[in-house]
Amino acid sequence: MKYIDEYRDADLIKKQAEKIRSITTKKWAIMEVCGGQTHTIVKTGIDQLLPEQITLIHGPGCPVCVTPLEMIDKALEIASRPDVIFTSFGDMLRVPGSHKNLFSVKADGGNIRIVYSPLDAVKLAQKNPDKKVVFFAVGFETTAPANAMAVWQAKQLGLNNFSMLVSHVLVPPAMEAVLDSPFNSVQGFIAAGHVCAVMGYEEYEPMAQKYKVPMVVTGFEPLDLLQGIYMLIKQLEEGRYEIENQYSRAVTREGNIPARETINKVFEIGDRSWRGIGVIPKSGYRLKDEFAAHDAEIVFSEISDIQSKESEICISGLVLQGVKKPHECAAFGKECTPMTPLGATMVSSEGACAAYYNYGRYRQGTL
Amino acid sequence: MEQPNSNKKIILGHGSGGKLSAELIESLFLPAFRNEFLSPLGDQAVVNINGIRIAFTTDSYVVNPIFFPGGSIGDVAVNGTVNDLAVGGARPLYISAGLILEEGMPVDELERIVSDMKRACEYAGVQLVTGDTKVVEKGKGDKIFINTSGIGVVDADVDISPQRVRPGDKIIVNGPIGEHGIAIMSIREGLEFETEIQSDTAPLNHLVRDMLNVSKNIRWMRDPTRGGLSSSCNELAKSAQKGIILHESMIPVPEAVKAACEILGLDPLYVANEGKLLAVVPAEETDAILEAMHKNPQGKDARIIGEVVDDHHGFVLLKTTIGGSRVVDMLAGEQLPRIC
Amino acid sequence: MCLGIPGKITETFDENGLKMGKVDFGGVVKTVCLEYIPECKIGDYTVVHVGFGISKLNEEEAMETLSYLRQIGALGEELGGEDVE
Repeated sequence: MKYIDEYRDADLIKKQAEKIRSITTKKWAIMEVCGGQTHTIVKTGIDQLLPEQITLIHGPGCPVCVTPLEMIDKALEIASRPDVIFTSFGDMLRVPGSHKNLFSVKADGGNIRIVYSPLDAVKLAQKNPDKKVVFFAVGFETTAPANAMAVWQAKQLGLNNFSMLVSHVLVPPAMEAVLDSPFNSVQGFIAAGHVCAVMGYEEYEPMAQKYKVPMVVTGFEPLDLLQGIYMLIKQLEEGRYEIENQYSRAVTREGNIPARETINKVFEIGDRSWRGIGVIPKSGYRLKDEFAAHDAEIVFSEISDIQSKESEICISGLVLQGVKKPHECAAFGKECTPMTPLGATMVSSEGACAAYYNYGRYRQGTL
Repeated sequence: MEQPNSNKKIILGHGSGGKLSAELIESLFLPAFRNEFLSPLGDQAVVNINGIRIAFTTDSYVVNPIFFPGGSIGDVAVNGTVNDLAVGGARPLYISAGLILEEGMPVDELERIVSDMKRACEYAGVQLVTGDTKVVEKGKGDKIFINTSGIGVVDADVDISPQRVRPGDKIIVNGPIGEHGIAIMSIREGLEFETEIQSDTAPLNHLVRDMLNVSKNIRWMRDPTRGGLSSSCNELAKSAQKGIILHESMIPVPEAVKAACEILGLDPLYVANEGKLLAVVPAEETDAILEAMHKNPQGKDARIIGEVVDDHHGFVLLKTTIGGSRVVDMLAGEQLPRIC
Repeated sequence: MCLGIPGKITETFDENGLKMGKVDFGGVVKTVCLEYIPECKIGDYTVVHVGFGISKLNEEEAMETLSYLRQIGALGEELGGEDVE
């Protein structure tokens, strides 16, 4: 595939790793924010090519992982209703709530459909006027323009049977939460490429200055990640803390203006609870008042007092913040596996725990 | 006394051919029916009647949509059962078909499916000798479900079993993977996309016969259907108690399958096939077997994709194209499209 | 986050008041919403996430990045770079 295969060139990858090795003189701890980047790293094994002085910490860039338990339980409640068609991206289906997940709700008779795009959910609402179609809008800023357009379109078409359950989270507040944490050891960030394709990277400039931490906006292919890491290590070695853009083929400083405009028309910023971390102020999107008719939390307001209970042995919060690695959890691979996940970092295939498990890291020590 | 299963329900993942399916078999079916023929959990059972080894298999076909690029549920119902027999080393001879039809199903669609089954039987060289038809109320079936059973004969000099697998053996696949699963996905509602990918549904018995004519030392074969290449390799590793190494650069994946997997966030190793087989063969006989395969329409793209090793018993290791390695685990339940 | 794949725009049309298009990803064609990339025309590449083009792929930048990476590769060889193995 064009503009993908070239960035998977085995030879160039080895050479780029060698370049990183040649400039690394000190120990550095860097974090890749985005779950998709974690996925590539663990799937291709490029971290095995890095010099020992570099520690990669996997960040909280997994919107599925950080969706609060109460939100999942609300989704399951709504999905159980006979007059509801519940639509979602595939990632969310296996995430466990306090007692069940969307698969088991399906087994109990719930009408649950996977969609590729939020516009497919809007189409379903058009085709099924007698049903309430609810879309589970989970994601970072990357997905916000798509979700915004779906609500916007539903309003234009007068589709009163369409609503969204919104659990959008923002990346910069999460990065600041990591940097503000007393446990923080992160010295530089591999910033999320597709989030920045939408939002640009202007908003990171003050953060880099405030915390004196360099950041490189990076893509998702192995060569992108290695080039991004190279640029980041170079900054660290030279004592710089700037924002650089490795993913220049898809990202500009101001991002996608039409997308940002639509996001601002439909969403406003509010406080959000992050699973495993807690409430981070001004860290999420919620629907503006004029879209109340399409806000599932208002349409289904009777579900607002759901009590949720987290597993006590799960340390996904510490894993999400990069304080612990998955295999350092007592339950990893035993009570907690992708089939029997205790927390979201094991359920979502982007979660650090699932990525580690699926790509057999914990076994390779014993293989 | 509370039964442990009283609160559990069957979920779709139990039919996906991965870990959940395996668990259901181990915990429910094996304890109930355990016997020497069932326990090996092969795709077919081989029983001995008056000195003749008869292979017996059954499979149910519930694929939705019933018509897809490259075929229909009719093709898959015949070829699937023929293949289960063939990969056990049997010569497939006779099949049965039990149809469960949903009230309201258009008869011309049934006609098309029956015509596909007829053609598939002729191409495979098997005869449909008995059948049954039931109709269920509208809403209780997905237009049509088909169960086929088949019997064949395993010749005296054929011995296919995971116990024969040895370190150093090579693993062969007869062609590119992922076509059937992607062909199905391409028309699933909510995921539709256009692609020239067609299901690879095909009978493999003629190919297997050509392979067996050249070598009586083929150790093990399987057709990687639901759960894909990965599930079959994991089953092999566990049942043979050996390690498997697969080489990513050697696994043939058509460009369009790769592209569809990229878009949906799927891994081709877990995507279903309906006209593929995996074979474990002695290293020194690999060239001869591949040569024979290349002369057969179902084997023209056959190649080595890995080997058996005396290490990491029970696990499958993939060497990635960039020189890293990772363990290929068995699918947990359904493989789901993802956005992350 | 996350799954964004580059594809080539082959057709454009309107649907339900939105600018849509067919995008070709290495032989697989999907319908994609093009509202957010008004500057894109047929023949351009776009990065697609959940059925939306979220940015126009800057082919010049792509070539520059690749050529820079390849240069490093070639340089490595010329200087007799260490064996990474």
